[in-house]
Amino acid sequence: MERRVVITGIGWVTPLGHEIESVWRRILAGESGVAPTTLFDASTFPTRFSAEVKNFALADFLGDDAARHKRASRNTQFALAAASMAWKSARLADCMALDSTRVGVYLGGGEGPADFIPSVTAAIAGCRGPDGKMTSLDFVRWTKTALEVFDATSEMEQEPNLAGGHLAVQFNAQGPNLNTLTACAASTQAIGEAMHVIRYGDADVILSGGTHSMIHPLGITGFSRLTTLSTRNDACQTASRPFDRTRDGFVLGEGAGVLIVEELEHARWRGAPILAEIVGYGSTADAFRITDVHENGRGATASMRAALAGAELTPAHIDYISAHGTGTQENDAVETLAIRNVFGDRAKDIPVSSVKSMIGHLIAAAGAVELITCILAIRDGMAPPTINYNTADPKCDLDYVPNQSRRMTINAVLSNSFGFGGQNTTLVLRRAE
Amino acid sequence: MQAKRRVVVTGLGVASPIGLGVEAFWDALLRKRCGLRRIEAFDPSGFSTQIGGELPPFQLGDHIPKTYRKSAKVMSRDIRIAVVCAYYAVKDAGLNTRCLVQRGEAEQTNLDSPRFGANIGAGLVCTDLGELTAALSTAAQDDGTFSLRLWGTEGMSNLAPLWLLKSLPNMLACHVTIVHDAQGPSNTITCGEASSHLAVGEAYRTIARGDADVCICGGAESKMNPLALSRPQLLGRLNTQDNETPERSCRPFAQDRRGMIAAEGGGLAILESLDHARARRARIYAELIGFGASSNTQGWADPCPRGLDVALALRNALNDAGITADQIDLAAPFGAATQDHDASELAGWNDVLGGRLDDIPALTTRGATGNNGAGSGAIDFAATVLALHRSTVPPSLNTAPADPVSRFRFVQDDPVDARIDRAISFGMALSGGQRAALVLRRFEE
Repeated sequence: MERRVVITGIGWVTPLGHEIESVWRRILAGESGVAPTTLFDASTFPTRFSAEVKNFALADFLGDDAARHKRASRNTQFALAAASMAWKSARLADCMALDSTRVGVYLGGGEGPADFIPSVTAAIAGCRGPDGKMTSLDFVRWTKTALEVFDATSEMEQEPNLAGGHLAVQFNAQGPNLNTLTACAASTQAIGEAMHVIRYGDADVILSGGTHSMIHPLGITGFSRLTTLSTRNDACQTASRPFDRTRDGFVLGEGAGVLIVEELEHARWRGAPILAEIVGYGSTADAFRITDVHENGRGATASMRAALAGAELTPAHIDYISAHGTGTQENDAVETLAIRNVFGDRAKDIPVSSVKSMIGHLIAAAGAVELITCILAIRDGMAPPTINYNTADPKCDLDYVPNQSRRMTINAVLSNSFGFGGQNTTLVLRRAE
Repeated sequence: MQAKRRVVVTGLGVASPIGLGVEAFWDALLRKRCGLRRIEAFDPSGFSTQIGGELPPFQLGDHIPKTYRKSAKVMSRDIRIAVVCAYYAVKDAGLNTRCLVQRGEAEQTNLDSPRFGANIGAGLVCTDLGELTAALSTAAQDDGTFSLRLWGTEGMSNLAPLWLLKSLPNMLACHVTIVHDAQGPSNTITCGEASSHLAVGEAYRTIARGDADVCICGGAESKMNPLALSRPQLLGRLNTQDNETPERSCRPFAQDRRGMIAAEGGGLAILESLDHARARRARIYAELIGFGASSNTQGWADPCPRGLDVALALRNALNDAGITADQIDLAAPFGAATQDHDASELAGWNDVLGGRLDDIPALTTRGATGNNGAGSGAIDFAATVLALHRSTVPPSLNTAPADPVSRFRFVQDDPVDARIDRAISFGMALSGGQRAALVLRRFEE
């Protein structure tokens, strides 16, 4: 008999706070977590705002254990906090008979922010000639300074698999430990693959989800150069406007979402709270272009279809869609088209929303945080809104739950995440029976 | 639930410091060639370790369709290595992908793109240091200090618009899937030196359960740039004492090992369901029958001295394969060549395979290829598959005099003929704690 996979715990660190219920209330109320960037002086950048995590202290979550992780990157600290929240909510600390060799980690963890000051110090030293004038890079001068100013630990902590390493130590997770970094699809991918790891039988419990912070000078620079960020500096709280005709790019956010993904019988055996069942997962590649998504939404369509087929559900079963919905012209139009491809005439009757309108785009962490909102949507019978939606776009003609959350019965949810380069991932969740 | 489908290896693509392509790589292994020498990609004289493992020269254009050449400007070195490996792998497997058709090397494709997946491990891809520093230096003030405000107004515009896309780890898979039209399940595992084993293992599961018929999987990375080289130097993991004798510098499991040597490289394997391989009469190298993974829980920076994690990954892989340690005929450890990592690995192997190691040959490529980051495991995997398929175990460079704890019987001189029915290959992340193992079997109907 096939092993069924459920979610038994959730935790997140978001731009609207670090606690499940209060953040969920703010999301249902349509609040924005976007504000002028404070993590560095962005005053001359093309985009001067973002959705930052505020008032974060790891000790609030880990107590004395926070000290051993104090050199961890911002990403890893977010992941540890979200994981400890999820671990508690799944009541795993109470499970004395837990077999740690059967507990794994599967994250979509981003790279840690580069240590910026040492980076620029070495760069300038490498490019500044003896006369003080800038010249082309001298590797030997760069190396001499870099080896003086770079810190070994903080360099190592940038590796994307380090969050998983810290989680394994903190929670004694001796089982399979993986990290995927498929850009903005990463944490949806991680949770989908974690489902398969458990279904196959390689683990019984997996800490899964994602974590990322790219709100640092080079992160914002990278996205600004790609012209994917909103530049609505004069109205930052309304800048993230997925599916609205006037959308001009996404708003960069940061944070983490971690879920306890568990085999159903294992969860029942230990009397765990069962929040939802993961029933379907799709992963495809556009195989089209590095810079553009396929104009017919080929990969996104195939991803949603694969997730539905895996779930043995038809489009008629889906009550709500959590969109990737970044707020770029291209993504939102093509995602709408792909939903139409899959759901046909029913597409216009299914509420579709993007919580990125409120918390911004958490990149690798986006899918995990959004999946948690899906679990809460099922629990409370509430679809979160897409805020800042005012002007209809003929290319985006679905029901985006504009501006106001909506009370409705939700039994099955589909959640999309798409990454740069044409990575498409979809999860389907169902109410726990 | 559908019965588990059998999965076989039908193609290998390797880009290693000792050779590009399967035949050059294998020939170099047999001839005990070492790919480590003084670094030429940049002036390494500021580093304590000035040697590394660079790939032989290659022309990217020989491995992609002509129409794709313009994309080369957004390909970092890591991406290029993956793209080269992919070309070798599909050629070796006889898969007529879109790339080969567009290059005029095949008439028409012989596989269904939505059933063709990719699972390519990647590292923390380094930005081109010259490009970044040139841009950053435009935001330097007269006194040589950096101004973030100047960076915002003028400096950042010196970076190419697509700058970020060169260093996203998933771009290895994205370019490969575009070039070869692989539209199926696609993932990028980023777990340091364990990435390739984890990627191959995940692809194995994907095919076994029926979500794809063919997967291109493995990993690639280049540590042959100053940023990547600075990390192991700062962590004290490099051998800094053998600049004059690079061919002796990387000594896995040797008593006098002094640290790793950074390198570049990668490998991609073609995994395929047995039915799919049979239907197109593909040459079958071996069957993949087991995968296991684990994590160090003692720390994320240093290995577990008792090798508990190593043992668990090996045991999980053997259990998955449904075999016992005494059915293994070839052991292929990782061999970081640092004191601590090798000690941890030895403890784990001894625990699980114990006396069996006294009776079977062992193989590590590390002494010849150095540390190829996320590509390391795929290079090892290719060597293991070839040894099994060709019933020949190549020598493992610089493994003597052996660590007293070691029971590995590495071949020292001439290659040894040996029938290998089952082999196990292991990979470990030097930072982060991820461990993984794969079990292969000689293919029999």
